[in-house]
Amino acid sequence: MLRISQQLYDEIVAHARRDHPDEACGVLAGPAGSDRPARFVPMLNAERSPTFYRFDSMEQFQVWKEMDARDEEPIVIYHSHTATEARPSRTDVSLASEPGAHYVLVSTREPDETEFRSFRILAGEVTEEPVEIIE
Amino acid sequence: MAIEARIPTILRTYTAGEKAVEGNGLTLAEFFVDLDSRHAGLRDRLVGEDGSLNRFVNVYLNDEDVRFLGGPETPLSDGDVVTILPAVAGG
Repeated sequence: MLRISQQLYDEIVAHARRDHPDEACGVLAGPAGSDRPARFVPMLNAERSPTFYRFDSMEQFQVWKEMDARDEEPIVIYHSHTATEARPSRTDVSLASEPGAHYVLVSTREPDETEFRSFRILAGEVTEEPVEIIE
Repeated sequence: MAIEARIPTILRTYTAGEKAVEGNGLTLAEFFVDLDSRHAGLRDRLVGEDGSLNRFVNVYLNDEDVRFLGGPETPLSDGDVVTILPAVAGG
């Protein structure tokens, strides 16, 4: 289950809408071991593509260093799909590299509605999980 | 000469859970071979058969991405820190 505040949920959705039709991507950092997303960290999509995303390598280095210094970890890794459903693609699954993270997919394919779903991806296996908005 | 490698979570299965291990090498390529001698299988996650760096793994020497230095031929010195971070990417 992903427990996330309304504010962080809204920030992810707004980011996805802002970057549409390119894929948006980023991280929600939180205290290590807490499973609690606390800090919104939108990332540049170095691919700037409607079908692919990649964190810029130096920005990722800085963000990961900062999380380490703050005793945080990436609780959520999110990205958007701009023409397909909010579900991890085969590429998403094969490249998933943070086994402890919740993978949030957002779809901006419809103008009036944003799909928001969360998944765990472990050793090539995808499992959808419920999303609970908390305060 | 001692060079530290910082290992991301997903590769700690090769280092018995250790997040930092030490090794030696005049270049990054040599360093990976040296690490692999004690942590079998780690090198295959970092470089391809032709020795080039895996596209979806970021390697940093101190504070720089080695793609902008010499790639696998990047020279190393005593006290250097090599940080490995799998790319975060998808489609």
